[in-house]
Amino acid sequence: MEIMIAGLGKVGQALTEQLTKEGNDITVVDLRGKIVDEMVGTNDVMGIVGNCASMATLKEAGIEAADLFIAVTGSDELNLLCCLLAKKAGNCQTIARVRNPEYSDEIRYIKEELGLAMVINPERTAAREIARILSFPSAIKVDRFAKGRIELLKFKIPVGSDLDEMRIMEISQRLHCDVLICAVERGDEVFIPRGDFILKEKDVVSIIAEPVNASIFFKKINVVTNQVKDTMIVGGGSIAYYLAKELIKMGIKVKLIDRNMERCETLCTELPKAEVVCGDASDEGMLMEEGIHRASSFVALTNLDEENILLSMMARKGKNAKVITKINRIGFHDVINELDLDTIIYPKNITAEYIIRFVRGMKNSMGSNVETLYRIIENKAEALEFIIRKHSEVVGVSLEKLKIKENIQVACIYRNGKVIIPRGSDEIKLGDSVIIVTTRTGLNSIDDIVRK
Amino acid sequence: MNYKMIRYIIGWLIVFESVFMLFPALVALVCGENSFFSFLISIGLGLLGGGLLVVKKPKRTTMYAREGFVTVSVSWLVLSVFGAIPFLLTGSIPSVIDALFESVSGFTTTGATILSDVECLEKSVLLWRSFTHWIGGMGVLVFIMAVIPLSGGSNIHLMRAESTGPSVSKLVPKMKQTALLLYGMYITLTVIEMVLLILWKMPVFDAVNTAFSTAGTGGFGIKNDSITSYSPGIQNIVTIFMILFGVNFSVYYMIICKKFWDVFKSTELKAYLGILFAAILAITFNIKDMYGEFFVALRHAAFQVASIMSSTGFSTADYNVWHGFSKTVLVTVMMIGACAGSTGGGIKVFRITVLLKTLKKELETSVHSRSVKKIKIDGRILNHEVVRAVNVFMVAYIVLFFCSMLIISMENYDFTTNFTAIAAMINNTGPGLEAVGPTQNFGKFNILTKCVCILDMLAGRLELFPVLILFTPSTWKK
Repeated sequence: MEIMIAGLGKVGQALTEQLTKEGNDITVVDLRGKIVDEMVGTNDVMGIVGNCASMATLKEAGIEAADLFIAVTGSDELNLLCCLLAKKAGNCQTIARVRNPEYSDEIRYIKEELGLAMVINPERTAAREIARILSFPSAIKVDRFAKGRIELLKFKIPVGSDLDEMRIMEISQRLHCDVLICAVERGDEVFIPRGDFILKEKDVVSIIAEPVNASIFFKKINVVTNQVKDTMIVGGGSIAYYLAKELIKMGIKVKLIDRNMERCETLCTELPKAEVVCGDASDEGMLMEEGIHRASSFVALTNLDEENILLSMMARKGKNAKVITKINRIGFHDVINELDLDTIIYPKNITAEYIIRFVRGMKNSMGSNVETLYRIIENKAEALEFIIRKHSEVVGVSLEKLKIKENIQVACIYRNGKVIIPRGSDEIKLGDSVIIVTTRTGLNSIDDIVRK
Repeated sequence: MNYKMIRYIIGWLIVFESVFMLFPALVALVCGENSFFSFLISIGLGLLGGGLLVVKKPKRTTMYAREGFVTVSVSWLVLSVFGAIPFLLTGSIPSVIDALFESVSGFTTTGATILSDVECLEKSVLLWRSFTHWIGGMGVLVFIMAVIPLSGGSNIHLMRAESTGPSVSKLVPKMKQTALLLYGMYITLTVIEMVLLILWKMPVFDAVNTAFSTAGTGGFGIKNDSITSYSPGIQNIVTIFMILFGVNFSVYYMIICKKFWDVFKSTELKAYLGILFAAILAITFNIKDMYGEFFVALRHAAFQVASIMSSTGFSTADYNVWHGFSKTVLVTVMMIGACAGSTGGGIKVFRITVLLKTLKKELETSVHSRSVKKIKIDGRILNHEVVRAVNVFMVAYIVLFFCSMLIISMENYDFTTNFTAIAAMINNTGPGLEAVGPTQNFGKFNILTKCVCILDMLAGRLELFPVLILFTPSTWKK
């Protein structure tokens, strides 16, 4: 697919990287020549230096042939303007990033009037993701498939848990519940486990189950599943604003800490139900006074990644609170993973992921069949949902007879409102919605799972 | 440094070169020449050696600019060394250094030869000589990129290092597609020339060879007198195609995309054609008295200027006996060279344009020190990095030029010979003046001179930096 990306900020770069890997033809446009050069040097893309809202630049980048235009520059207005131009000039779908909270209530109107295919607000999306996790604090990450009927949950096996040293095939016998372990992260390795795989404590495990079964499962392994009672949020940016709003709606008590008095006043007017505290979060005494030890969850959302990491480590100390850390800029993935930080949120990746989901959906109508896509583990494993619309070689054959490629697992089949965690004797039928978990990226159709 | 990746790419290079050799081998088989077995042995060696190198695909495929440069220059060295093997095995060129010279001259599309008589060579060997021009013209790594999937994005570094011109960019987002497009246009133009030559009654074998030679802007002829003995019609076709292959290939892409206005606006194209026609006219009037008729003079002038400026090196007349003015004009266009992004050599019209604009800007700012000026080409502001790269290229060019000239002058030939020999090498033209003129060859030089020439040809083809980087210690530091 021919895709144009305007703006090479954090999201733009993450998108470019991922979308090229999936085999799309990407053209990037940015005003800053250096960044464009860097991008062209590391990814197989074409770079154009120029203002993406100028027709000449758009034409030079080949807007006429583009299928999709994604505007992720720093300015909302610019994004909207160039989406408008792109749509007029070429015959393409458009995605704009619009982050100003003032527009967020009118977003639906803007989207319809300007004919945008998708409007994404990174802060809001990130806030929703955090809220979802706080509603299920034992999980590191929660995703929903098949319109919410299936959940994909990621959690870390606590020290001393029953699951330690347990074989995967023993789980259903010993715990009597229908869950499927679809991926296991151990150190920096990722496994798609088979029945004889032995779990260890501190493994990060992704499971797929119906919500009811999931909560039974967590109860049986003695993990708390209720949503948190209260939250302490440090840093009062836009994510914090959206998050507080969302949490208050869910009935969670929110305490917001920011060091800027003016910002605190705005937050206080906008969020009457939240408790807003003006103070420097790097002051340990202040945090103690505000009860960092009593809070059942803690979210670090300051603008400094390093500060967020330190705050989270401090909040993790000694107490069983749910801690969420926002990391915006820095890489060092492996180092950060070793820090035992509980949940980490990368807003740029969440945005990129949403857009990629859309792109795959678009490809759907152009030949590929991926319904939804979830990254389980950053760039290493993903879950894909396919809807079986037409007959193919995987339909009607029992799973144990299919020659499924290594590192691919059929995790779940959703048929006529029922969720099936498939065993070897089950088969895929027409009309099913099938969830595949894999460490291979770039699967485009259900037929790709079998060895040719 | 990602040595494994370099090894892998070089492996593919050898494999592909062996496949290319099938072509002359086939000709040898059809004509029943003894060289068939020599080619067969070379192909066997190549497939074995190259095959061993590509068996294991490296895990880490990332390459940076450094690897790009090193890969390209080492590749070209390997390409030339392996390409010299058939010359040695067939016995056409018994000396190792001579065979290497011929092979390097072929791949770098220089077209200078050490042979005094090429007509006695077997057909397959002649074809291999012309074919090396064709492979070297567009670049063999570009070809590899079009055929096998290399690492993700970093292979732009390979293309940058191999393609001609200071600011290489892709035509379409995907590297592979870009490479395919380039080769598609290249093959199409070559075939058109072949067909036209055959229609104008050139023997098929001659037409194929001449077309390969012209396409790569090489200059190896299959006759001792180059193109002289062919009909004026054929000479004119060759003239036109030499000019066409000296044009930036992105111009042809614009034509395919029907962006005619952009073609018309292209500063470089206009400058290239402007210089070309000015030189042709100047020489025509200068040599009119030698040929009597205006149109004969025009034909010879046009052929020689097109040949020298596009860095091909064919000839239809011994311009060494022309007047001094004509010879000076020829040496000047030799230095200017063809367009960036073409198969031709030389400093490149693009760089000359940038240099002249920089000069103008500097002169203006030195008089009027507070004025702010930016250099624009085709209506867009030129990146400072490109301007700097062009300036540094010029410095490197001059340094290499004079060092090489000093070394070869130890053979005590006259100044014109020394100067034009090096100019013909660095600019990948082929023939120079006096002792290296169009009727002469490079066989008379000693080994040292030939080695310097080999280095200069490679440096010239790869636009200096990739080769000079090999001699920079920091490249090899861990």
